[in-house]
Amino acid sequence: METSLVRAHREGASSMRTGKDRLIAGLMLAPSLILLGIFVYGFIGQTVYVSLTDWGRGASLALQPEITFVGLENYRQLFTGILDVRFRQDLVNMVFFSLIFVVACLGMGLFLATLLDRPLKGEGFFRTVFLLPMALSFVVTGTIWRWMLQPRGGVNVLPTLVGLPRLEFLWTTSRQRVLQFNWQAVPQGLILLAAVVLILLGVRAWRRGTRRKALLLGLPGLVAGAYVLLVGRGVNWSGLPFPETHGFNLALIGIIIAATWQMSGYTMALYLAGLRGIPEELREAAQVDGASRLQIYRYVELPLLKPITLSAVVVLGHIALKIFDLIFAMSGPDNAMTSVPAILMYLTTFRGNQFAKGAAIATLLLLLVSLLIIPYMVSTLRKGDEA
Amino acid sequence: MADQPAVATGTPAHDLQLSRQKAAGRARWGRVAVYGVLILLVIIYLTPVYLTVVTSLKDPAHIRLPTAWEPPRPISWEGYATAWRDFAPKLRNSFILAVTATALSAIMGSMNGYVLAKWRLPGERYIFPLIVFGMFIPYQSILIPLFQFLRSVNLYGGLPGLILVHVVYGLPITTLLFRNFYAELPDEMVQAASIDGAGFFGIYRWVILPLSAPAFTVVIIWQFTQIWNEFLFAVTLTQPAAQPITVALANLAGGEAVRWNMPMAGSVLAALPTVLVYILLGRYFIRGMLAGSLKG
Repeated sequence: METSLVRAHREGASSMRTGKDRLIAGLMLAPSLILLGIFVYGFIGQTVYVSLTDWGRGASLALQPEITFVGLENYRQLFTGILDVRFRQDLVNMVFFSLIFVVACLGMGLFLATLLDRPLKGEGFFRTVFLLPMALSFVVTGTIWRWMLQPRGGVNVLPTLVGLPRLEFLWTTSRQRVLQFNWQAVPQGLILLAAVVLILLGVRAWRRGTRRKALLLGLPGLVAGAYVLLVGRGVNWSGLPFPETHGFNLALIGIIIAATWQMSGYTMALYLAGLRGIPEELREAAQVDGASRLQIYRYVELPLLKPITLSAVVVLGHIALKIFDLIFAMSGPDNAMTSVPAILMYLTTFRGNQFAKGAAIATLLLLLVSLLIIPYMVSTLRKGDEA
Repeated sequence: MADQPAVATGTPAHDLQLSRQKAAGRARWGRVAVYGVLILLVIIYLTPVYLTVVTSLKDPAHIRLPTAWEPPRPISWEGYATAWRDFAPKLRNSFILAVTATALSAIMGSMNGYVLAKWRLPGERYIFPLIVFGMFIPYQSILIPLFQFLRSVNLYGGLPGLILVHVVYGLPITTLLFRNFYAELPDEMVQAASIDGAGFFGIYRWVILPLSAPAFTVVIIWQFTQIWNEFLFAVTLTQPAAQPITVALANLAGGEAVRWNMPMAGSVLAALPTVLVYILLGRYFIRGMLAGSLKG
């Protein structure tokens, strides 16, 4: 009798939680959804649209600019227009910066976490110091490192304190460039890279015994690779009429050091949390099996840190693709040697008043970040649902 | 026969003791090495801080590139005096901006998190990822329409417009943090309150809110730091009178022949609020930072 009463009461309550109150819940969420719908998705749509027009050319600030639809013309110019060489250079800078910065942060963070993952006196102090730069603005970091890397002062005169000669590297004002390549060879290069990855994946699948998968991956890789090597050699697929040299600008080294100084604490914290989360029994079991400290690190701890490395690559990678404030403050937006598309978008739009081209750069930037973020979000949230 | 004692050491117990001693010795040297490396790294990580503080305290006449590392003799507060005179209004702007936008985005985020964690809504499987995606986008990709929108509603150039922008683009991360926090609170508590007759707001007011202090701490610290440090919106959407400190500092460092005591003192002033927050409440700061990688 009483139990049924309670049940009836509970059912009444839960139906209440699904009735009027559910409507209120929806209404309370609505303002945020509408705001984000407009400010994120509406505005992205608008940006893509602007990138497909000429947006009044130079008169883009007029309230009613004359707009003509031009299709992908802005994108075509960015990749093949002679005047837009700065965009391609910025793209190359961004790739080099992102790769080296992410690897440096992972390495430094793992090293710091490994050192700190043991009973130490003053561990809190060490952790605080390594994480301190994370609390700073990129603008502050940029200003400080601009002073640190003055060609005739700062780090360069440090050796003179112990009687050694001064360093001569020009840091962010350096014009040296290494690993040079011709932009016209980029399409072939990208296809070859994809082919190699596919072939390697195919070989791995073959070893694991999934023959069908191996063929599905490996054969297209082989075909694409062979096609590029046989047909694509010496042919210009880039659409760029003249050879154009790009490469790794050594001026970026200073930016990479500053960025790593600021962000390595983040990877340290991630790895440290990961190491602390490994159950002690696993280590003990390995110890009983006769594993040395180094072997435990290599074969027990490192493999368990893989998911953390993946998260860190995605988070740091998207920060690297978007990097703007640090370069702005450290070498200025006008230093082409250290510029990236995020900076060029700002210059093109707000200094050059070329809204359409700025929108095209912004769209490409969003595309790159999405390629990194969306697969990660899908897999992370799916895992969360299963848990 | 003289070998006898040596043979005696062959007993298992003694062997074990010996190897323990050896291991302890090795471990001691290992610890010394670890401390040595850590102290070296601390020195390297603090080098920029040292140079900043030293330069900020020098008389501009004494700042020369070759002697940049020498301590200030005598100490001059001129850099701080100038920086404070020029930056006080900008610091005020940053303060108003960060406090207001943090408060608003935290309140809205808390409500969103409550709804998403404790109420069943149609399509919520898609709503949450669509909200969260907003925190990863490069803001360049919405900047042009945003700029045009703010101009058309007369909010371009001033603090209210910038506050609005930071509230809106702060929603994804605040919603994410609160939603993950509330998801950990047992549903039974909500059900019990519901049985007692509490409705949507009653549950929030009497069950959720009293338990929210840790989540609010994390969110407030995170948002305050992020908004204080932000630059892209600040540089594109404000006019000089409403500029936050980051823009003023970046503009200052733009000039080549500057007297470096002033930008260094300015950097210290600009960094002080967030560094203080970090040193006093570091635990919560780290929690917010780690949550940025999606897992609560």
